[in-house]
Amino acid sequence: MTMETYLDNAATTRVAQEVKALMIKLMDEDYGNPSSLHHKGVVAENYIKEARNIIAKSLKVNEKEIIFTSGGTESNNLALIGAAMANKRAGNHIITTAIEHASILSTVQFLKEMGFSISFLSVDEEGHINLDELKELICDDTILVSTMYVNNEIGALEPVSEISKIIKTKNPNIIYHVDAIQAYGKYVINPKKQGIDMLSVSGHKINGPKGTGFLYVSEKTKIKPIIYGGGQQKGMRSGTENVPGFAGLGEAVRVCYNDFENKVTKLYELKDYLIDKLEEMDNVKIHSAKGKGGAPHIVNASFIGVRSEVMLHKLEEKDIYVSAGSACSSNKQKSVSATLSGIGLKKEESDSAIRFSFCFDTTKEQVDYALNTINDNILELRKFVRK
Amino acid sequence: MIHYKSFLIKYAEIGVKGKNRFLFEDALVSQIGKALKRIDGDFKVHKEQGRIYVDALSEYDFDEVTGALKCVFGVAGICPLVQIEDNGFEDLCNHIIEYIDEVYDDKNITFKVNARRARKNYPLDSMGINREVGSVILDKFTEMKVDVHKPELMLNIEIRKQINIYSEVIPGPGGMPVGTAGKAMLLLSGGIDSPVAGYMVSKRGVELEAAYFHAPPYTSERAKQKVIDLAKKVAIYSGPIKLNIVNFTDVQLHIYEKCPYDELTIIMKRVMFKMAEHFAKESGAIGTITGESIGQVSSQTLQSLAVINDVCTMPVFRPVIAFDKQDIVDIALKIDTYETSILPYEDCCTTFVAKHPVTKPNLNMIKRSEEKLTGIEELIARAIETVEVVTVEAE
Repeated sequence: MTMETYLDNAATTRVAQEVKALMIKLMDEDYGNPSSLHHKGVVAENYIKEARNIIAKSLKVNEKEIIFTSGGTESNNLALIGAAMANKRAGNHIITTAIEHASILSTVQFLKEMGFSISFLSVDEEGHINLDELKELICDDTILVSTMYVNNEIGALEPVSEISKIIKTKNPNIIYHVDAIQAYGKYVINPKKQGIDMLSVSGHKINGPKGTGFLYVSEKTKIKPIIYGGGQQKGMRSGTENVPGFAGLGEAVRVCYNDFENKVTKLYELKDYLIDKLEEMDNVKIHSAKGKGGAPHIVNASFIGVRSEVMLHKLEEKDIYVSAGSACSSNKQKSVSATLSGIGLKKEESDSAIRFSFCFDTTKEQVDYALNTINDNILELRKFVRK
Repeated sequence: MIHYKSFLIKYAEIGVKGKNRFLFEDALVSQIGKALKRIDGDFKVHKEQGRIYVDALSEYDFDEVTGALKCVFGVAGICPLVQIEDNGFEDLCNHIIEYIDEVYDDKNITFKVNARRARKNYPLDSMGINREVGSVILDKFTEMKVDVHKPELMLNIEIRKQINIYSEVIPGPGGMPVGTAGKAMLLLSGGIDSPVAGYMVSKRGVELEAAYFHAPPYTSERAKQKVIDLAKKVAIYSGPIKLNIVNFTDVQLHIYEKCPYDELTIIMKRVMFKMAEHFAKESGAIGTITGESIGQVSSQTLQSLAVINDVCTMPVFRPVIAFDKQDIVDIALKIDTYETSILPYEDCCTTFVAKHPVTKPNLNMIKRSEEKLTGIEELIARAIETVEVVTVEAE
C-alpha cells in the first residue's frame, strides 16, 4: 500500500481549499476589471484592497508598500533591476551571495551586462554568509545588497537583522533586499524592525496560486518599474491586476498566519524527527540544521552512493515526491546547484543530495513512510552504481 | 500571389515500377490524403492519366499545404498549378501573361516554353505552342530572354481536357510511399541517431514499429516522454508508429550482477535485439533498424557490432552505419528531432555505462559470460509480458 507523500513543498504547494473557493467565485461571479468605473470594477478593486490589507498586516507595513507581481521571479527582478535603475547615480556596486536562486543570479548577471559591478558573498558549509566579508565588500559605490532569508535548497537561515545593521551602519542609503520566498509563511517577518527595505514573496509556496507574488518596497526606497502600461498599482506594475490570483494570495496569507505558532512548532518537530532518523542511517550526510538553526520545513541530505535522481524515481514509484540536489544527471551536462557547490559539497555528496520539504499538512506518518521506503531500498540501490 | 486551386504532384521512382505501378500510386494518393488531414482545409487527392493532383475544395494556407506535402515520401516535386478551360489560343496566352506577371516580379530572366499536347485534337501541336507562346511572351515582357538549355523559368503547358499551366517545382522529400515496402522494427533510444535511422528507412516506403527500453528508477519518466516525442516527430513522415515500451530494469540489473562490468553494454544490447526481434515477429515486421554508426561508441566498433549482430536472426538495417556524426545531425535538424534528442535525460544504455567498456569483445568470451545469466529467460519473458504499447501519431 502506498500513501501519497508530497515532500516537495519548497518547489510548490497544493492550493488551500479556502483559496480555491475564493478564486472560483472571482472567476465565476466577481470577474470585473478593477480599473472599470462601474460596480463590477469596484467589487474587483475591493478584493485587491482586502488582499493588500491582509498582506500588509502580516508584515506590519503600510498597504501602499505592497506591489503584487506574477511571483517570486518577477518580485526579485523588480527589486534588483528597479532599485539599480533608480539609484544608479548613487553608485553602481551591488552585493549578493553565491547561493542565491537563479532569479537573483541571472538578474545580477543582466545588471552586470548593463554596467553594474557585482560582488558575491561566499558562504560557510552551513550556508551562512560571512558578516566580516560583507563589511569589507561594502564601499562608497555600493547601492544595493540582496540576500536570501532562507536558502531554498538546504534551508539555511541567514542573519538578516545583523546583515541590515552592518549595511545601515556603513551607509543608511544602501538598499537591503531580502528574497523571502522560502521564509514568508514560515516566519513572522517584520521588515521595519529587521531593517529590510525590499522583500520578495511568492504565492505558490504558501498554498496560494501559481503566478502570484508580491514585493514589499519600503516607502522611502526608490525603485523604477520594469513593466510599463496602464499605470496600475501606482504605475509600479502596469497590467490589469490578476484579481483571482491576488485575492487568492491574500487568502492564502490569512490561512497561513492563522494559528501560526502551533503550526510552525509542529514543523520544527517534524524536521528534527526526520533529521534524527536520517542521522541513524549509515552513509547519510545532512546539510540542514536542526531546530531554530534552520528553516522549519527543509531537510537536505546526501545518501552517499545513490544518485539523487535514482533515489527520487525510486521514491516516486511509492508515491513519495522529493527533490534532487542537482538539476540534471546526464553525465555530459551535470550541473551542480550554486548552493550545493557553495557550501563545498564533494561530488559524491552533491550527486546524491535529496531535499525533503514540508507543509503544515505533512504528517509524521508520511515522514515515517518515506523513511521506511528509503531504508527498504537503499541497500539495493547502492548495489547498482556506475563503475 | 496567385491563389492556386490545384497542385500537381511529381513522383520519380514510382514511374519505373512496371505492373505494380498502380499499387505505388494508390499508396502515394493515400499518404498524401493522410498528410493533408492534419492541416486546415478540404482537399481532394486524385490520379488521372498517370498524374496525381491535389485540389483544394476550401480555403487553405499555401505554406501549410506545401509543408505537409514535403513530408510525404514518394513526392518528388510539388507544382502549384493554374488550371483553365480551353477557350481558344488567345485566351490561353492571356492567362499565361497574367500568370508570369503574378509569379515573377523580376522579368529579367531566361525562359523556355515546354508544351505537351496530350489531347491530340488541339489545333496547334507541341512545337507550335512552344513557338507561338514564346513569341507572345517576348512581345509582352521585353526583358525576358529565351534559353532552351538552362532556363530560369520553365513554363509548362499541358493540353489535356483542361489546360495546366505551371512553372514552379517545390522539391519534395523523394523516396517511396510508406506502406509499399513492408514493416521493420526500429530500436529507438532517446539519442540523435535512431530517429534519423527510422526516418531514412521509412523513406524507402517501409512502415515503422519501434521498441524502447527503459529502466525505472534509473531512467526517468521524462526520458520516456522524450522518446514518445521523438516518435511523434518521425511519425510526421512515417505515419503512426506502434511503440513498444519495455521495462528493462530487472534484466539489466541481472546482467549487472552476473557478468563482467565491461561487457555489460554488449550483453545488454544482445538481449535487446532478441527482444526486439520477438516484437518484430509478433507484428509481422521483417527486420530491425538501428542508428548504429561505426566507431561512435564502444558498442559500435566493428568488433562490437559483429558480436552483437551474432544474436540476430532477422536482417538488421543500419542506414547511418557509415555516416559521420555531423551528417546524422544534419538530418536530425532537417526532420526536427535534434532539439528533442539533445535533452539531457539518462537512458538505460548510459545509466550504467562502464568507464572502460570492452571495445573489441570476443564472441566466445561473451557467450561464456552469458552462461552465468541463469534465470534470465524468465526476466525477459516478464519484460515482454508487461510491455506498454503506445500508438504514436504525428501531431
